[in-house]
Amino acid sequence: MRRAGVIMLALIALVATLAPWLAPNPPDHRFGDLLYAPPTPVHIFDGDGAGPHVHAWRLVSRIERRFEDDPSSRGPLLVLGADAYGRDIFSRLLNGGRVTLALAVCATLAATLLGALIGGIAGYAGGSLDAMLSRLSEFVLVLPAIYVALALRAVMPLVLPASTVFVLLLVIFALLGWPMVARGVRAIVVSEREREYAIAARAAGASAARILVRHLLPAAGGYLRTQATLLLPAFILAEATLSYIGLGFPDTTPTWGTMLQEASNVALLGDAPWTLAPAAAIFAVVLGVNLVVQGTGRAPVQLEP
Amino acid sequence: MGAFLLRRFVFAVVLLVCTSSTALLLTRLAPGDLTSQLGPIASRSEIETTRARFDLDRSPLTQWALWATRAIRLDFGDSFLFNRPVGPLVVRAAGNTAALAVVALAIATLLGISLGILTGSRQGSRLAAFVGMVSMVCVSLPPLLTSLVFVFIAARTGWLPAGGMSSAGASDMGWVAWIADVAWHLPLPALALAVPIAAVFERLQSQSMADAVRQPFVIAAVARGVPSRDLILRHAWPASVRPLCAVYGLVIGALLSGSFIVEYVTSWPGLGQLMYQALRGRDVYLVAACAAMGAVFLAVGTLAGDLLLAAADPRVREGDGA
Repeated sequence: MRRAGVIMLALIALVATLAPWLAPNPPDHRFGDLLYAPPTPVHIFDGDGAGPHVHAWRLVSRIERRFEDDPSSRGPLLVLGADAYGRDIFSRLLNGGRVTLALAVCATLAATLLGALIGGIAGYAGGSLDAMLSRLSEFVLVLPAIYVALALRAVMPLVLPASTVFVLLLVIFALLGWPMVARGVRAIVVSEREREYAIAARAAGASAARILVRHLLPAAGGYLRTQATLLLPAFILAEATLSYIGLGFPDTTPTWGTMLQEASNVALLGDAPWTLAPAAAIFAVVLGVNLVVQGTGRAPVQLEP
Repeated sequence: MGAFLLRRFVFAVVLLVCTSSTALLLTRLAPGDLTSQLGPIASRSEIETTRARFDLDRSPLTQWALWATRAIRLDFGDSFLFNRPVGPLVVRAAGNTAALAVVALAIATLLGISLGILTGSRQGSRLAAFVGMVSMVCVSLPPLLTSLVFVFIAARTGWLPAGGMSSAGASDMGWVAWIADVAWHLPLPALALAVPIAAVFERLQSQSMADAVRQPFVIAAVARGVPSRDLILRHAWPASVRPLCAVYGLVIGALLSGSFIVEYVTSWPGLGQLMYQALRGRDVYLVAACAAMGAVFLAVGTLAGDLLLAAADPRVREGDGA
């Protein structure tokens, strides 16, 4: 089970990294007459010995969005069909995965690092600093994360370039994610601080920062890895949610969240189920993480949001 | 118990004051204000009167102080977007969210616990393996995905209405017809919210049930010849329910977060929708009131979770000081 999860996640990461080379079409190219075109079947044996190729879709009815296979001409390969602008969903999915996953990975690293530092300081310092940091992290933990992310994002200018959004969401996610990490790290540091090796390091004259970073935090390594695995899908979802409601990346940037906006039109969703492809991608990541986490003997947790 | 309730109450008040004040100040300090809703051709005097009506011509701190003194007298200000006091607006939206959340929680509890008892007490059977696999898939389906998938199914099949809380004109048909109409719209969002939570409950219950049936007192009960139905429901289950009660207090956060996106996808007119509109329109007092209402939900939810845990676990009751 655990191995299946690891393989799934590794595959997704690989495909997202190689997106520009794997995507059959440029993600922003609009095929004018292929709005909401269904996936194109690949013809391998057509009798003419032409090798694998794709027939063009011929638009039969623009109003009904009905397409017909045109064997006489070749068309673009649309593995998952096209969206409202006639853009290739598969290529956008691969390229969008890059943005979504890059943001989630960066945010996870930032939140884990911040949480480890704050938790470590709180656990090592003790006293009033510990009490204050612990109260703060409890307070952030109590709040429903998506509302806080929504509020923090909504009070910024609503239209921003994609790179600014990336940094902004990174900061917001890190600010929301650190308490999950800090609480456990604090508990570990508090108990490790009194062990012989830490006392020995102190007796040898090591500075507080050195003891914390070189001696105490490595003891929390396993815990940090588990927390990071849990934060990653939560951040993917947070990005998807914010972009879906129009408060994330601008809709010209392909991400899994902005792509899901295509699925928000109920009238068209029933006829164009391929617009749900990003939902399937998100599901694959969350399932992969849950398989990995379950392999370590923990009950799976519901990830906010 | 009294000290515990008092501490909870103080915490709730602090949470309420902090969240609503922060929401107010954040919205006030955000670029742009609600006068941008007036459009580009609004006259200068109109903009000035609107700004004065919502205290936007004063400093943020003065505005906060004015709002706070009025809020103590239960006057939470007006909404600009809806042009009426925010109180009734927020209460109505909160009622819709509460209905959604309570129904979802009930579905999740019933489904999760009964399936969890089943799989936990019959570990290794084919049925348990199948249910376990299904709930593993459902755990990985957050509300954003379940609501989209359910809306897709509804749009495709027409079994259930795909969005909204009532049909157009339903309010004219009398309240019986209105309730029936709302009940017809409720299952889709409630299920979308319930499915992932039910899966978490199922996994937890399954695990703790599997632990419980291995306990010596259960084996002793088997030896005494207790029928297997009583064995599971009256001996093993009460001992296995504690971890589940412990997550109930946390579920309220998941419910609130989940209901936001479910409301958005299925157009359920709840607190999440209202908060979203208010934030986008920079409707200061509506944002503050929504945040306050969210804090009330949180406080009530965590309190209910704590009481439940105390009811299920005598150790929590005895160790009052913790």
